[in-house]
Amino acid sequence: MEGYQVIHEKSPAFYDNYDRKAEMQHQTHYCPGCGHGIAHKLIAEALTELGLKDRAILVSPVGCSVFAYYYFDVGNVQVAHGRAPAAATALKRSNPDSIVMAYQGDGDLAAIGTAEIIHAANRGENICVFFVNNSVYGMTGGQMAPTTLVGQKSTTSPWGRRAGNEGLPLHVCELLAALETPTYIERVALTDMKNIMKAKKAVKKALQIQKDHGGFSLIELLSPCPTILKMDPVVARKWVSETLAKAFPLGVFRDRKPELPVDAIVPHLTVAEALGVEEDQSNEPVIRRHHHTRDLTVKIAGFGGQGILLMGQLLAEMGLREQMEVSWLPSYGPEMRSGSAHCHVTLSHDRIGTPLISQPEVLIAMNELSLHKFASSVASGGLVLYNGTKLPEGFSAKQARVVCVPVSEIADRLGSAKVANVVMLGALLEETECLPAETAMAVIETMVKNPKMLALDRQAIAAGCDYVDTQIEIGAVSQPDGYSY
Amino acid sequence: MSSQPRGNVIIDPEECKGCGLCVESCPPECLELAPQLSKYGVHPAQYSGEGCTGCGACFYCCPEPGAIVVERLTPPAKAASAIPLPQEVAHEATL
Ligand SMILES: Cc1ncc(C[n+]2csc(CCOP(=O)(O)OP(=O)(O)O)c2C)c(N)n1
Ligand code: SF4
Ligand code: SF4
Repeated sequence: MEGYQVIHEKSPAFYDNYDRKAEMQHQTHYCPGCGHGIAHKLIAEALTELGLKDRAILVSPVGCSVFAYYYFDVGNVQVAHGRAPAAATALKRSNPDSIVMAYQGDGDLAAIGTAEIIHAANRGENICVFFVNNSVYGMTGGQMAPTTLVGQKSTTSPWGRRAGNEGLPLHVCELLAALETPTYIERVALTDMKNIMKAKKAVKKALQIQKDHGGFSLIELLSPCPTILKMDPVVARKWVSETLAKAFPLGVFRDRKPELPVDAIVPHLTVAEALGVEEDQSNEPVIRRHHHTRDLTVKIAGFGGQGILLMGQLLAEMGLREQMEVSWLPSYGPEMRSGSAHCHVTLSHDRIGTPLISQPEVLIAMNELSLHKFASSVASGGLVLYNGTKLPEGFSAKQARVVCVPVSEIADRLGSAKVANVVMLGALLEETECLPAETAMAVIETMVKNPKMLALDRQAIAAGCDYVDTQIEIGAVSQPDGYSY
Repeated sequence: MSSQPRGNVIIDPEECKGCGLCVESCPPECLELAPQLSKYGVHPAQYSGEGCTGCGACFYCCPEPGAIVVERLTPPAKAASAIPLPQEVAHEATL
């Protein structure tokens, strides 16, 4: 008695249930007739056929396929718009045995992510990029994509794309095929059995290349988006084969192993080798000095040029020397030259979760502006060290102790306004006893070679310590007149 | 035995979104959209019950990962290698 045997069914590379929402857990979120689902199926099948499922990492993009990680039972990472090739590079390089796939739409890859894809291809990264070209931005409601055809209407080209205004459609395969380094580039279409089988073969070949350490491959899949095209799924599919594929010719654009110069082999050095320092060979346990060190979160703020970021670096370096866990998070931006600047420093005996500090235990306010801006964020029972002889009128910080240390004045007296930050560091060390002052000098000695400057720094640290020690009563509370008694 | 179709197709009406791509893609035209609505609120695809060759075209043209299962009649042992799998058929067509 002859029976039936299953020959095509859901790939085991998909989850049984998609727990994105409570109901309909076996349906994807894609619109009826959307090509993304077909692309997913081809990738899932190729992974199982090649036995790569358990090594695979899928990088999901921003776009309609943002939820791909709900469907593929593989390693999943979802990244910022357009950044999949960069993330895939990092994933592949740090896990060379994994099979890394960047899945991207045409808005994602060819608009906001243009730089990432070109450079990943140009580096010949050993990754697979699956590029779904549906000629529009689907997720956001049909804006023009770089791949939108001339004359094609979209919400941002309501009269149709005009070459003179928006340029011509971007041909990604052709563009990347101009580079030396890619191994395999092909454009396929998800339009009918014949073309879908070609697509399947291409997807599988790309994965096989990566498995064989063959280098970069990109498969562009022309794909119907019935919703945005406002077409019935069958008509949308026809439009892709008859119109989209005319403008984006199908075929293989590259299929050869690139011949790279031998210097392409990157030297692999340990951190110690790269820094030219002796590897720590002693197996002696690291001595952590709990006595002279203290966990502390510090926010340092002022204006660009006051050495705000450097002060934070110094503090973090000191923590490192004392075998603490440290983090230093500078705020970069237009502030680098003028305006405000700040950084966060964490000193800890345990692992640090985040370098971001929302409620610092200590705020160092190097100018009045930062005092006003950040004082209220200080944790209750915390400390504010303010660069001034007294607090600005009307200012009060109820939850924190405020100590005024006129570090700029002190630095001027020492002969260089530049060392105000070092004076403040001295004051901080004295007031909080978070780290020994000698450690500060030890760190400064590695950074400053000029003996005159070094002497000045030593004086500055001492002056800061001394001011806190002798001019301010420990435990002083700021008063409305600005002085701490 | 000659009345028994070579293939069989099983469509999950709860996963199907009623896009109709399988219906359009089926070479022997043995699929149709059901007149009744599914829980999802669409007319799901269904097999007319006759004519499936097990070619797999509906499976690959369907965007849903698990809406369609395609089966093939188990061939008599000695003829097994004579029936090419659908991928291979299509594969050759592309070369
Ligand atoms: C940095 C950033 N800019 C813009 C957006 C808004 N956004 C979300 S999806 C999208 C377009 C996606 O289009 P495409 O890559 O073609 O994918 P599709 O949705 O068509 O599959 C945009 C612009 C965003 N999420 N993040
Ligand atoms: S909007 Fe287009 S791309 Fe997005 S899910 Fe719907 S059909 Fe697919
Ligand atoms: S292609 Fe899939 S989703 Fe579309 S009608 Fe057929 S079974 Fe349903």
